[in-house]
Amino acid sequence: MTLDPLAESAKRGVPSLQRQRDTSTGGLSGLPWWLIAILLVLVWGAYFILTTADYRDAFDFIVQGISTTVQTTIYAFAIALVIGLIMGLGRVSRNLVFRNFARFYVEVVRGIPILVLIFYVAFVASVDVAAALGMDSRDISSQARAVAALAITYGAFLAEIFRAGIQSIGRGQMEAARSLGMSYGQAMRYIILPQAVRNVLPALGNDFISMLKDSSLVSVLAVRDITQVARLHAGSTFRFREAYTVLALLYLSMTLVLSSLVQWIERRLHVSQK
Amino acid sequence: MSAKNSPIIEIKNLHKYFGKVEALRGVDLTVESGKVIVVVGPSGSGKSTLLRCINHLEVETVGEVWVDGKRLNERNKNINEIRAEIGMVFQLFNLFPHLTALDNIVLAQHVVRNRSRDEARQIGLQQLERVGIPEKADVYPGQLSGGQQQRVAIARALAMDPKIMLFDEPTSALDPEMIKEVLDVMLSLAKEGMTMVVVTHEMGFARAAADRVIFLDFGLIVEEGSPAELFNHPKHERTKLFISQILQQ
Repeated sequence: MTLDPLAESAKRGVPSLQRQRDTSTGGLSGLPWWLIAILLVLVWGAYFILTTADYRDAFDFIVQGISTTVQTTIYAFAIALVIGLIMGLGRVSRNLVFRNFARFYVEVVRGIPILVLIFYVAFVASVDVAAALGMDSRDISSQARAVAALAITYGAFLAEIFRAGIQSIGRGQMEAARSLGMSYGQAMRYIILPQAVRNVLPALGNDFISMLKDSSLVSVLAVRDITQVARLHAGSTFRFREAYTVLALLYLSMTLVLSSLVQWIERRLHVSQK
Repeated sequence: MSAKNSPIIEIKNLHKYFGKVEALRGVDLTVESGKVIVVVGPSGSGKSTLLRCINHLEVETVGEVWVDGKRLNERNKNINEIRAEIGMVFQLFNLFPHLTALDNIVLAQHVVRNRSRDEARQIGLQQLERVGIPEKADVYPGQLSGGQQQRVAIARALAMDPKIMLFDEPTSALDPEMIKEVLDVMLSLAKEGMTMVVVTHEMGFARAAADRVIFLDFGLIVEEGSPAELFNHPKHERTKLFISQILQQ
């Protein structure tokens, strides 16, 4: 250990200079290198797909699953939004039964792995529901089961997001609305929720991205999403590297587009709140 | 105006607990229609709690609150109807930030009073005129000064044609130069014969507008009387101390 003051200050000086450089926004250090690197990876993948027969075959085959992946995600997310909103309202409700039911649902779903929930909904719950409705459970497509499983899972996550959004709105807003004679429901609908939803839009967007990725899990139900068709392609051609590289790049390009969309929304909200 | 002297607010033996803290310890208060009551008292004396019990933002622990001949209680399904008759103005304005000034005023008229959007807009513009800022109709609250926000909040309450207006320290969060514009609106409202219960430290307003001043301390009404009586000749020691502290400011 040295007691030389110059050496001490030099040691301290080095990291602080580095910090300054890291946070500066001008010049080369301000560029989003991580994004450029990801784009290079995608270009590199596209180059292989365009120039190599094995990659092109893998791509042509796997891309057939895109519509299933996108459809499953959108349907499941739409239902999850409805469930999440209702359960989020339940989490803050003064009604004892409603509040506890919402909490019960959230805790149960969050305590079970998604994969297990998918199996359970697809092979147990949907059979029971079909029986209760007097239907033949074989008439329920595996995609419908997959959508139900994802919606139930994400409903719990979204419920917590909506709850946080509602609780982020100051008590004075509810009081002002109620003092004007609005019912609790009217105050929620016209005053609290519009502000709450706005506040949680970025969080909802991020969960949409998560769901797009988690939709790969439904391949275990033999739903022909991109993950499932990639497995089929790999299994039949033994081109594992090509199949899974193309699969990963497809997810990456979809999530990249969506996350920049979320960032754009975030920036717009930030600007308009000023 | 035949009902000028009939009580529109009657509070009997009002107690309010927050957990183990007793904020109100047996308040009796009668307010006749058309009167202006100013409530003063040190912070924590229960002024706001008393006001909030009148429109049931706080529910009384013991006692009765009657407004316009109707008893307020927790199971009262008509609480929304009663509240629509009671305008409330908050210390921090509580405007709805996602709505323009005019829409702040229109919304409750439309969904509570069932007025058409057009009618509600007409009334909203009249009320903005009344509080002196018709040009701010399409502006969002975030772009208004504190004084302007509070005036929009008053207009929002008035648009419901309330029988009673409650003011909870309406000027306490304002910069000094904006206090007058809000007090002027309140003064003209008092002159028009609105029944008002006002929690404030603005002694000038109390002298000019109040029919009665109530001094509240530790959850009890210590003393009440005309502004001249209470401010110039307080009887109780605590009132004297409080008045002298207020006047020093």
